[in-house]
Amino acid sequence: MREKKIYILAILGTILMVATMYDILVRMPDEAQQGPIGKMLLVHVPAAFAAFTFYGVAVWNSIRFLAKKDFHADSLAVSNVEVAQVFTLINLVTGSLWGHIIWGIWWTWDFRLTSQFMCFMLYLGYLLMRPAVADATQRATMSAILAILAVADIPLVFFAIRLRDARMQHPSPVLETGKMDPSWWPPFLLMWVVYLLIGGALISLRLRQETVRREMDSLRRELHAI
Amino acid sequence: MKRDLLSALFIARKDLRTEFRTKEALNAAVSFALVVLVLFSFAFDLERDELYDISGGLLWIVYVFAGSLIVNRSFTREVPNDCLDVLVASPVPAWALFLGKAISSFTLLMVVELVSLPFYGLFNNIIWLKTFWPHFGLMLLATWGITVTGVAFSAVTVNVRLRELMLPVLHYPLLIPLLIGAMEMSTSLLRGDVVNNEPNLRLVAVFDAIFTALSLYLIEFILVT
Repeated sequence: MREKKIYILAILGTILMVATMYDILVRMPDEAQQGPIGKMLLVHVPAAFAAFTFYGVAVWNSIRFLAKKDFHADSLAVSNVEVAQVFTLINLVTGSLWGHIIWGIWWTWDFRLTSQFMCFMLYLGYLLMRPAVADATQRATMSAILAILAVADIPLVFFAIRLRDARMQHPSPVLETGKMDPSWWPPFLLMWVVYLLIGGALISLRLRQETVRREMDSLRRELHAI
Repeated sequence: MKRDLLSALFIARKDLRTEFRTKEALNAAVSFALVVLVLFSFAFDLERDELYDISGGLLWIVYVFAGSLIVNRSFTREVPNDCLDVLVASPVPAWALFLGKAISSFTLLMVVELVSLPFYGLFNNIIWLKTFWPHFGLMLLATWGITVTGVAFSAVTVNVRLRELMLPVLHYPLLIPLLIGAMEMSTSLLRGDVVNNEPNLRLVAVFDAIFTALSLYLIEFILVT
């Protein structure tokens, strides 16, 4: 049943991605001021939104694990964090490529770039720590705590950099100024859906691996007990 | 509540007494802070004005590096002879145990900072005495932020393989907002500006409040497992 779900999500995501990318790359006219690279926004921003969605699910499941000691919630949390990291990386790399062409630099310590990068680093620590804890309960608890501490830190990073340097280099046509052309909204939202579908497939796949690993660990413990 | 706070002070006193007898972490942290200061003096060959521009950054990098050595010891000290299990099984609540550990680490890190501050001024030709008291206030606030998060991570990593490596990997990214506030404010204070520091001070205080509350709440989950 779960395998069928993975296939459906992956196939749907791929078909929709091909159609949306065709629309973005071939049918849509170039951005008036930036040229073709302006279309990067339609790949870059939905990746950040998808990453935040998956981080949100991960933190919610981390809280659920602490409250109920449900290992399925821990597996869901780690699967979501891993996939969110992939989308954060897509967001950072596409942003950097865009920045290189428009700003002439690969990177700047703007508050959005910095907080996104710190988000990546904090959850990288989360993923690095997990294999270093032998006991399953300890691993799940420590991971849940790290996920909660990290999510509390990200808004602070954002405000700290904003406080330090109020000059805003990063453009904000989607969330703050709302100046994105109305014809850009459908491909923008579709890309978000594409990421959610493909991310959902990857999470389901990763969840299956985690469940199998947990079962193997429990069998191994039983074998040791015998 | 009062009894629990007293227990926290007892834990802090126990840790401080143990540390001042052996001076293991203290000596290592002071020496480390001095070595980093010397390295910085060679790394940056700057004019006096330029040096003041990066003075806050230099200072807090030294403090946070030294802080890692101090906080790393706070829970690992209890691992031999299963002392941690005994402490967790004792009638002291987890938050009081954590608070005691945080107070002792905070005191030790403050000692390291106060010892290395004159050397920092001496090596870099920076006059720090003029604004010592406001700067001391900032040191108290920011050091509390470093220790409270550091001790929480020390508890998280106590049973982790390669914990000495994992602690900075987890701890430093979390400290970024605190360090930005502290570095900016230190630079401004060392330049003699004691007035325009309110936003940075607020940032450091908010960081302290959020992470003290979160750590005190979450420590129960960390220690019980």
